[in-house]
Amino acid sequence: MKANKIPIGPFHPLLEEAEYFELTVDGETVVDIDMEIGWMHRGHEYISEMKTFTQSIYLVERICGICSTSHPIACVHAIEDIDNIEIPLRARYIRTLVGELERIHSHLLWLGLAGHFIGYDTLWMWAWKYREPVLEMFEIISGNRNHYGMMRVGGVAQDVDPAKLIELHKHLDMIEKKMVMIAKAAKDDPVLRSRLKGVGVLTHEAAVAYCTVGPTSRASGVPGDVRLDEPTDAYDLVDFERIVLPNGDVYDKLVVRVLEIIESIKICRQCLSKLETVTGPILNNVKEISPGEGIGRYEAPRGEVFHYIRSDGTNRPIRHKVRAPSYVNIPSFKASCIGIPIADALITLASVDPCYCCTERSIKIIDKNHDSCSFDLIKASREKTEQIRREINAD
Amino acid sequence: MIAWILFHLFVFPGMLFTGVLGLLVGWLDRKVSAWFQFRVGPPLFQNFNDFFKLLGKETIIVKSAVKSVFVVAPLAAFAVLTLIATIIGLALFYNEGFAGDMFVVMYLTMTFSVMVILGGSSTGNVYSSIGAGREMKLLLADELAFILVFLVPIVKSGYQVQFDQILAYQQNAGAIIGSPSGIIAFIVGILCIQAKMTLAPFHIPEAETELVDGPFMEYSGPLLAFWKLDHYMMYVIFPFLLVLLFLGGFNLTGIGILWSVLKYVGIVVVMIIIKNTNPRIRIDTALNFFWKYASPLAFIGVILAVLGV
Repeated sequence: MKANKIPIGPFHPLLEEAEYFELTVDGETVVDIDMEIGWMHRGHEYISEMKTFTQSIYLVERICGICSTSHPIACVHAIEDIDNIEIPLRARYIRTLVGELERIHSHLLWLGLAGHFIGYDTLWMWAWKYREPVLEMFEIISGNRNHYGMMRVGGVAQDVDPAKLIELHKHLDMIEKKMVMIAKAAKDDPVLRSRLKGVGVLTHEAAVAYCTVGPTSRASGVPGDVRLDEPTDAYDLVDFERIVLPNGDVYDKLVVRVLEIIESIKICRQCLSKLETVTGPILNNVKEISPGEGIGRYEAPRGEVFHYIRSDGTNRPIRHKVRAPSYVNIPSFKASCIGIPIADALITLASVDPCYCCTERSIKIIDKNHDSCSFDLIKASREKTEQIRREINAD
Repeated sequence: MIAWILFHLFVFPGMLFTGVLGLLVGWLDRKVSAWFQFRVGPPLFQNFNDFFKLLGKETIIVKSAVKSVFVVAPLAAFAVLTLIATIIGLALFYNEGFAGDMFVVMYLTMTFSVMVILGGSSTGNVYSSIGAGREMKLLLADELAFILVFLVPIVKSGYQVQFDQILAYQQNAGAIIGSPSGIIAFIVGILCIQAKMTLAPFHIPEAETELVDGPFMEYSGPLLAFWKLDHYMMYVIFPFLLVLLFLGGFNLTGIGILWSVLKYVGIVVVMIIIKNTNPRIRIDTALNFFWKYASPLAFIGVILAVLGV
């Protein structure tokens, strides 16, 4: 039978954002997969170089709407790394609390979407219903349901009102009860298990070879977790477990995420109780950043997010580089999608919880000979800006 | 005579009755699904609004499509369903049948799937053609079980192949679902209907998040309206068929009306519950399921019926 090419994207119900995958199929079996990123360039890294350090934190918060506090955390880590800035204890707990709450809502969002992708809309609606109280907790803490604006160099922007701790505990109790129920339902559901078990296996070797991060790698038995490997903020002060499963199929990825939600609730509970006793300032006043460079790592819900910032002693970064977790997870489809039916391949595409707006860092340019060549997007966008400037000056 | 035939075909129990009831039951489906999912659900006349809105929209016929097949498939499917609705409705409401009408219904239900396959493969779209291929595999999967389900009432009623004879048998000897073979066939029947209507877990050909509605992807405007109407009409036809074959038909006098409505709504609600508590399975799993489990189960039902249980 002739091999067919199935385009998935740039706009497709499977993808919430613009992205392009091309499945080459023989009948219903995927024989090859090609992926093309770069449909959603927004030039954050370049814009960041035109902002002050404080402004760039709020800018990177806008990179992604789902892991909208992971980028700021990694960014402030990078800036603090330049001068080895210490942050107050109370601020460390608040950072960890916000980061872990975000993990809960992000994993729930994925669980819902995964349900939708395999045609199980009831799971979708249930998961998203119980995501709502997490967003309410954010509202209590920061005043916003999304884009909390909590991170600052040297601490956090807002304190958690001690009067609201009881309310937060109440919300957390409710979430925990529901999560235990959902975890049980998702793990023990025979139909879900038979649908996802053994599907889209990413072997341990492949997970290492493709440098996958986050739940994607932990479901394949690679135990990387920045929170435990290089603890920052309050992660060395709280007690939680590393979730690693051996099989690498979609079912294991689901279970890893569900168990991580439970662990995150544990961390949040510890942070909330510590916030009752730990007092003190929440922000070290940082006057200026000295010349140098720093890196910031943080375990975002999808894996390690990495920020690199170079400072020349002024109030703005002269280079800001972001590496989002999906950027390394997406190529692993080459290892996990080949040789399985289309229906399985598509849930495998969704199983790494790809976040395209985090990922987009390059542009595809097709030259005269129809050879495609990838360009550094930042370079291209700078050239464009320079060109516009020249044109303006010429007028 | 001709006037009566036309009345039966176009008004009751054919086109108009099935269409209107189908759209209303479609609302029930959407509303109950919404309750399952903590949503509010649509207002009562939403399906009518959708249908009439689609009728007023433009029909885009894609360049790569085989025009005649593309246009004829939804209309022919609609005609087929109208015919099935008329035959089943006549047996249910008027106790009228003709020799071999069961075979005609079996044949026509298959024709509907063939129309979906034709419509899907006529568009030249890769999603549609894969959807059409899946529809064909699903037809191969559920057809044997579906026919075996029909065989149980035939055997129980003393080898009658006429709907009104089966009804008459049930009026004397009680509903066929009262016997073990009847229960088995009824359960397999509900599963087959789920597959015939491509409801979850068998919404494999349409697979919204994989194939973007599969065979119906390129349809728009009135032609899409007819596909949607076809889908909702099946919410009437197949439960009616089960009521006819296993639950002893409708009794439209006195308290019987309540029972009749309960029978029908009961079957629909069971279908909706199955639909809302299952993810979509793979096409090979569906084939396995029907050939390894459902068909042998239905076959056991037939054997039990032959043994008189």
